[in-house]
Amino acid sequence: MAASEQEILAGLAEIVNEETGIPASDVQLDKSFTDDLDIDSLSMMTIVVNSEEKFGVRIPDDDVKGLKTVGDAVGYIQKASA
Amino acid sequence: MGLLDGKRILVTGVLMDSSIAFHVARIAQQEGAEIVLTSFGRTTKITTAIARRLPTTPPIVELDATSAEDFDLLSERVREHVDGLDGVLHSIGFAPESALGGNFLKTEWADVSAALQISAYSLKALAVAAQPLMPEGGSVVGLTFDASVAWPKYDWMGVAKAAFESTARYLARDLGPANVRVNLVAAGPLKTTAAKSIPGFEEFDGVWAARSPIKWDTSDFEPAARACVALLSDWFPATTGEIVHVDGGVHAMGA
Ligand SMILES: NC(=O)c1ccc[n+]([C@@H]2O[C@H](COP(=O)([O-])OP(=O)(O)OC[C@H]3O[C@@H](n4cnc5c(N)ncnc54)[C@H](O)[C@@H]3O)[C@@H](O)[C@H]2O)c1
Repeated sequence: MAASEQEILAGLAEIVNEETGIPASDVQLDKSFTDDLDIDSLSMMTIVVNSEEKFGVRIPDDDVKGLKTVGDAVGYIQKASA
Repeated sequence: MGLLDGKRILVTGVLMDSSIAFHVARIAQQEGAEIVLTSFGRTTKITTAIARRLPTTPPIVELDATSAEDFDLLSERVREHVDGLDGVLHSIGFAPESALGGNFLKTEWADVSAALQISAYSLKALAVAAQPLMPEGGSVVGLTFDASVAWPKYDWMGVAKAAFESTARYLARDLGPANVRVNLVAAGPLKTTAAKSIPGFEEFDGVWAARSPIKWDTSDFEPAARACVALLSDWFPATTGEIVHVDGGVHAMGA
């Protein structure tokens, strides 16, 4: 069963919060991981690995570079888990 | 019967499931070994998640290659999980950005020394720290990238690897009487986090495509990992100070 955009966003926000302490409510679709949320590459790796586990998807390193915003990641996960 | 039945192996360097060490740990478990991993600082969270992707989830102990205290505490921390060790995998490499990618003539000593400490000296520190856990002897295996020649972009990491290879020979000399073997696997280029952090790493693909007599696949970790497992096993009982090339044969070709 594919998760909805809202469900994925909520799940991702929880992972981001756990890793960085950023309030889940600040993790919104239009936010950039680096520029708005100030997430460094090590935290990004942690978030990716935990997302892979939570959503049962694979996000290869080469694709991670293309995930600039939270929305990019949610879209990617939604597509990959569909 | 597995190649490592009953063996207890300490595996450093599992970061992602693309880490060479991840595949060594995976194959070692499949061959019957009991594994303890090390990780450090903030990367421990990533290692913890990745460790769950192994056939059996192993325990993780803290080991930062820049921390003398971590080396001092290593045997105590490992003993919380196993009563001793039969082998150790060194799969740690790091060089600051300025030490890689074609900046060779300008790299400052502080950055060079970080590369040497983490990528070369750590082999000695690890072997000595683990030795009390191997009273009957054991096998220490590390990963190098052929340091007998200069490579594009590899720069001070190449110098660190030359020191690393020499360190392995001196360790083989000094730990041989305690029946500890020290050997290295010189792997061809593999797409890991460390490799991808080298600007221009893709150039190696071309070198291997042109020169390797056996087809080399930069995303196939099996050949290098299997060689590590073989060296950790009882099948090289009188081999030490050796470098086994797992590079498709490139080291043996003139062009
Ligand atoms: N990938 C290649 O092409 C290639 C080829 C030949 C040899 N090697 C060697 O293989 C080994 C493993 O690298 P990899 O390619 O699997 O990449 P990797 O990035 O997956 O592994 C490197 C490891 O070093 C660890 N590390 C870095 N700094 C550390 C520190 N201060 N304390 C403890 N650990 C630290 C990292 O956490 C990581 O687990 C390295 O020695 C590397 O030089 C790699």
